[in-house]
Amino acid sequence: MSTSRKLQYSLALNEALHQMMESDPSVFLIGQGVKSPWYVGNTAQGLLERFGETRVIDTPVSENAVTGAAVGAAIAGMRPVVVHPRMDFMFYAFDPIINEAANWYYMNGGKASVPVVIWGIINRGGEQAAQHSQALHSMFAHVPGLKVVMPATPYDAKGLMIAAIRDPNPVVYIDDRLLYRQEGEVPEEIYEVHIGKGNILKEGKDVTVVAVSYMVAEAQKAVAALAGEGIDAELLDLRTVKPLDEELLLASIKKTGRLVVADVGWKTCSVAAEVSALVSENAFEYLKAPIRRVTLPDCPAPASAVLEKVFYRDSRDIVHAVKQVITKNNVMG
Amino acid sequence: MSYPRELLENLYRAMVRIRLCEESFVDPILSGDVRCPCHLYSGEEAVSAGLCASLDDIDYVFGNHRSHGHFLAKGGSMQELVAEIYCRETGCSRGRGGSMHLIDPAVGMLGAAPIVAGTISLALGAALASSIRGERRVSVSFFGDGATGEGVLYESMNFASLRKLPIIFACENNLYATHMPIRDCRVGNSIHPIAEPFGIETAEVDGNDVLAVYEAGRKAVDRCRTGQGPVFLEFLTYRYRGHVGPDDNIQGSHTDIRPKEEVADWLRRDPILNFEKHLVEGGLLDEGTLQRIRSRAQEEVAAAHALAKQSPHPQTKELTKYVYQ
Repeated sequence: MSTSRKLQYSLALNEALHQMMESDPSVFLIGQGVKSPWYVGNTAQGLLERFGETRVIDTPVSENAVTGAAVGAAIAGMRPVVVHPRMDFMFYAFDPIINEAANWYYMNGGKASVPVVIWGIINRGGEQAAQHSQALHSMFAHVPGLKVVMPATPYDAKGLMIAAIRDPNPVVYIDDRLLYRQEGEVPEEIYEVHIGKGNILKEGKDVTVVAVSYMVAEAQKAVAALAGEGIDAELLDLRTVKPLDEELLLASIKKTGRLVVADVGWKTCSVAAEVSALVSENAFEYLKAPIRRVTLPDCPAPASAVLEKVFYRDSRDIVHAVKQVITKNNVMG
Repeated sequence: MSYPRELLENLYRAMVRIRLCEESFVDPILSGDVRCPCHLYSGEEAVSAGLCASLDDIDYVFGNHRSHGHFLAKGGSMQELVAEIYCRETGCSRGRGGSMHLIDPAVGMLGAAPIVAGTISLALGAALASSIRGERRVSVSFFGDGATGEGVLYESMNFASLRKLPIIFACENNLYATHMPIRDCRVGNSIHPIAEPFGIETAEVDGNDVLAVYEAGRKAVDRCRTGQGPVFLEFLTYRYRGHVGPDDNIQGSHTDIRPKEEVADWLRRDPILNFEKHLVEGGLLDEGTLQRIRSRAQEEVAAAHALAKQSPHPQTKELTKYVYQ
């Protein structure tokens, strides 16, 4: 009984947490600032009042121990969601996430899984400089044993959080505070967005634009602008960056023969690099032009808004990249 | 203090099984039959035997790199332990983990890992799970003196104390962090006071006296079970073998890094021999009983090696089988 209803991204996430905590007593939320809208916006609103301090756990600044505690609780049968309101601080928690959670199932021969959700929030822009705005998804995507999801729409924000909580493996759930006010259709019931499945947001035949997280919104603007110029772009929202939806990606490339990848991270060893490599390895003969990546330059995030303007990428960069691959039509036959 | 005969037998059996199992790896390591890094526990048996005897089956234990003893004392299968150290499919971690990754969830042995201090926060989380579910289950985190150099221990003590979590921080102080004597790692040899600023009940225990360990464990478990919050126990003990492997060295460098007199002194405080003396001289158990326990353990160890060596290796086609569930 799906109902048509619009909800903000952050409230879609909030609804996922309410519904999962209601339906499963092993789900709990832990992390710095879960009591405070200043930290987590309205994503946690009403949870403390409804489920109490036993299951909505605000913590001291101790990312390593707190994330480890979530991992340990998962090993002991719980389904924790541990939040990092600024994912830059997750470096303190790389040991429990990577050494322990990611490896645990494998290095113990499948004897114990780790159903933990590690939720990190990107805080793009706002003159926040290098340690308050980083996007670290590629680092997590590199690690076997982790799944990494990056919802770009309110529908996916809810559906991927539910899927992440239900997944028996550690899932790194990454969103961006800039997405929180975005509105979209969100069913009221509990539903899952399948981890590992991308989504074609617009079909097209001339070029495939692959985008992730915040860049999906920029790509939508770009695709609309390109349509006005007679370029029919296909837009693929990855939704999950580990494991990548190879099937959907390659099918799209086989149709369009051109690829632009818009990522929210740095260029080197990025998800954009991985998408490009997959296409080169598996669909080289279909490519009509070199692949273009629209990524952050290999440079720390600056504070100055003037510098931010050239650091961050937007729809114009995507349009520019698409035009480059279209004009290269004849380069590779 | 008098103890039931069954408990005394169990404590002795637990220590003897660990010692004989540990020593049985010396030759296979030297011959190359066992290749994964083995951090032998000989000399420290009283700590895990005594502390695990104070736990119930449902209680949780997390170990570290030197966890053969923790695994056995908590009730893990010796056959699965030995097979794991030979990296066979029949091992407790199906040959994917080796000596440093020992797990048996059925007996509450939730895992072990060699990132120093890496499992302290996991034990904290298991205690948190117990607390959220309103259970009376206790978690034990075994770590060494070396782990006291890692920040996560202090974060974990703070959080455990804030939420009065049922966790025992069990520090096995064997005076060496790999090659580094404790005097080169910290100012002052005594570790247990580090828990005081966090409002955690803390004590120093003779880790070579299995009954002292058992008593300290019982008190700590009782405190945890009744919701009075975490306990820190520092067990003074000594490892007979090297940090890794049989020799007293860091392989590839010099040998005999520990003073001979120090080693000799600790050998005189052997936890098993001293307990035997206590039992026989006190008329608590006779030599025949102890001999039978030793013989049974020796047979068990030999059978475990025989079975492990006949066990299949993991199949290459299953290389990636356990990356995701």
